[in-house]
Amino acid sequence: MKVNLRVWRQHDAVDKGRMVEYVVEDASEDMSFLELLDVLNEKLILSGEEPVAFDHDCREGICGTCSMVVDGHPHGPEKATTVCQLHMRKFNDGATITVEPFRAGAFPVIKDLVVDRGAFDKIIQAGGYISANTGSAPEAHSTPVPKANADRSFAAANCIGCGACVAACPNGSASLFLGAKLTHLGEMPQGQPERWERVVNMVETHDDAGFGGCTNTGACATACPKEIPLDVISQLNHDYLKATVGGRRKKA
Amino acid sequence: MSYSDYSEGTPVFDKAAPDGPIETRWERRKFSVKLVNPANKRKVKIIVVGTGLAGGAAAATLGEAGYHVTSFCYQDSPRRAHSIAAQGGINAAKNYRNDGDSVYRLFYDTVKGGDYRSRESNVHRLAEISRQIIDQCVAQGVPFAREYGGLLDTRSFGGVQVSRTFYARGQTGQQLLLGAYQALERQVNAGTVTMYPRHEMLELIVVEGRARGVVVRDMITGEIESHLADAVVLATGGYGNVFYLSTNAKGCNVTASWRAHRKGALFANPCFTQIHPTCIPVSGDHQSKLTLMSESLRNDGRVWVPKQIGDSRDPREIPHEERDYFLERKYPSFGNLVPRDVASRAAKEVCDEKRGVGPSGLGVYLDFDDAIQRLGRKAVEAKYGNLFEMYERITGENPYEVPMRIFPAVHYTMGGLWVDYDLQSTIPGLYVAGEANFSDHGANRLGASALMQGLSDGYFVLPVTIGDYLASNKLPEVAPDAPEVVEAEKAVTDRIESLLSINGSRTVDSFHRELGHIMWDYCGMERTEDGLRKALELIPELRREFWNNVKIPGTGAELNQSLEKAGRVADFLELGELMCLDALHRKESCGGHFRGESQTEDGEAQRDDENFSYAAAWEYTGRGSAPVLHKEELLFEYVHPTQRSYK
Repeated sequence: MKVNLRVWRQHDAVDKGRMVEYVVEDASEDMSFLELLDVLNEKLILSGEEPVAFDHDCREGICGTCSMVVDGHPHGPEKATTVCQLHMRKFNDGATITVEPFRAGAFPVIKDLVVDRGAFDKIIQAGGYISANTGSAPEAHSTPVPKANADRSFAAANCIGCGACVAACPNGSASLFLGAKLTHLGEMPQGQPERWERVVNMVETHDDAGFGGCTNTGACATACPKEIPLDVISQLNHDYLKATVGGRRKKA
Repeated sequence: MSYSDYSEGTPVFDKAAPDGPIETRWERRKFSVKLVNPANKRKVKIIVVGTGLAGGAAAATLGEAGYHVTSFCYQDSPRRAHSIAAQGGINAAKNYRNDGDSVYRLFYDTVKGGDYRSRESNVHRLAEISRQIIDQCVAQGVPFAREYGGLLDTRSFGGVQVSRTFYARGQTGQQLLLGAYQALERQVNAGTVTMYPRHEMLELIVVEGRARGVVVRDMITGEIESHLADAVVLATGGYGNVFYLSTNAKGCNVTASWRAHRKGALFANPCFTQIHPTCIPVSGDHQSKLTLMSESLRNDGRVWVPKQIGDSRDPREIPHEERDYFLERKYPSFGNLVPRDVASRAAKEVCDEKRGVGPSGLGVYLDFDDAIQRLGRKAVEAKYGNLFEMYERITGENPYEVPMRIFPAVHYTMGGLWVDYDLQSTIPGLYVAGEANFSDHGANRLGASALMQGLSDGYFVLPVTIGDYLASNKLPEVAPDAPEVVEAEKAVTDRIESLLSINGSRTVDSFHRELGHIMWDYCGMERTEDGLRKALELIPELRREFWNNVKIPGTGAELNQSLEKAGRVADFLELGELMCLDALHRKESCGGHFRGESQTEDGEAQRDDENFSYAAAWEYTGRGSAPVLHKEELLFEYVHPTQRSYK
């Protein structure tokens, strides 16, 4: 199959950037979208041009590295699918496809489709963990976790930290990412001692990193390749409110 | 002298290995290590390269202990290391099922599963620690699968007859890695760990015979930086991408290990690679990687091909009696749950008989029809839902209705840098953890044991043993302009410059693909003397062409993904040659290493314990020059080698 690509090219962080058009004549419907870019890049290299830089690693939808906006959708139009798992059979022969980096104030572009998502690591550093030094753990079965809580925790822990939620959000908010980690840890008995400190510290770091506020558009949950449920944001708001009510930080 | 005329050097001994009753060895080793005074720990600097289960866990734990840790990864965040892609689970001898499991049984299964080519002491320690790992991960909030009573669920895996595998749906690696990543970020916040993402290690700095630092490239600016320390830990994963197509992430590479090997670290059993039986078959030349379908699927899926050659009917129209459930037929007691090496070879065999399925004929069915009828679609969905979705996305076929098609693919490398019981390589001060070392899995790794080993090394072994080295040795500070540092940096910049100056006519990927074909054809599921000799001719030719004709656009002073790949492929082109030589010299079959010349009457791997009961540790002598073989004899005091049988 043949596809026309419009790809964002930006040499570095200071370059203004522009859309550039390419044609790939020999695409196959069994290719993943990233394999299509591989084919394009091989051609560009041989013709003396620089290949399109893009982030990718596992190519099986779990590492969260791949990150691009395809036809206006983070990871492309296919529901619950990272762009590495998006296959060309989902496009029509002759289609024109627009490819851009994830756009958000907190995710500056490094080159072409590669952005800096280091702000996510900072949010986790602020409290996205349970403090349990190695060797200090009690026997695993000493703390049963009701299946319902374990399941909800797991659904939130599914987050791959790709940033599609931020790219989809009109405010550039990372509330889905935040809510996912808070729900993952907050549903567990082990997560209770640090629960209130955690939410306040993570939210403050989120805001300082330049992410926007949440206005409940739900675009994040629609774009999320792992279908993190929108109600993790309710959990986030609930916990934040409870932790700060009366203007004071609640202690465990 | 040709590359294959290797010579044999002095044997290599594991000096750190304790003796005495096996169940007391780790306890006694822990007691015998010298301790670093807690007040001195913050003055001690440790470099950890790689942030997967082994590296992330080690950096976090060393940070908790108070050491000053510097951690590097090539990914944009430590959370993305390829441990994240492990699906099935993690083994632990908890015996929660009351099915007769024990530390000793896990030890026994692992030594047997490794086809008697691993070290008993190491494996026993791994089995002991397995229980602590589960405790630690639960305390971190890892959301393992649970039963209605709130307790942990387990499942069974290939090569064993107990249910000891803990899991988090099909995403166990992800959840364990996030646990380690969060522990690591906690230490970053505490100031004990300094994290450098998007930094790739390109050289090891050795001063007075000791590992004292690394040279890294900032992958965004291209800047070459030296980092110095008192000890260096490599937890940089396996080298399966030497085959180009594998289940590894695209970025996985051997460079860190290979640079250390070139600086004197012995590389052990490089030919021991694991071919995983259940991957999605190749669909065309554009294929960039292979996707694994978790081995846990073999709990409920039945593997078959048509009995007749050329039976091209829709699989659903082939009646049961015309299907060959070849694993159940050949191995009635383990059935579909035979170990990976056995399952892969059996699939290759039926495809060689032209009974393979799918467009390429390189595939077998993995059928869930019986399971869906027995358990109901809902139950199957709860267990494997995400795997089924992934399969459908890639192939466009719905496995609830049509049997999956699977084929073996390169998945894991049991070989790696040689380490002693303390995980120290032959370069003092250089420790190697996780898949990057060679120690625990012998010639074949059992399912759900990689996560166990990575976390065991990172959380529990290395943080103890490295202290012994740090407390026992005087390590004077290395000046940033010491000749060894300057020389290592220069080696890196020279290499980058020479790669960029070639400006030939072939892309890096085209060389990598060609190398992958050579490796798969001659050093893949079945190896023969003729094939390996052929590969040993082809690889140096390809390497020469690479260094004369590769084309890398751009410069070194920017984000340059072609340059990154070129450096890695250059090292694969050397490693591939060593793998073929190792496979050639090991004339026996064992585990994942199947030599066509060494098989039993019914086509099973035929070990030769008399001549090959050793780990082959190779010494580098120069690019393309014959290496020196150092043997480590393996002693089996507890699990006595027998012909492995899963019949």
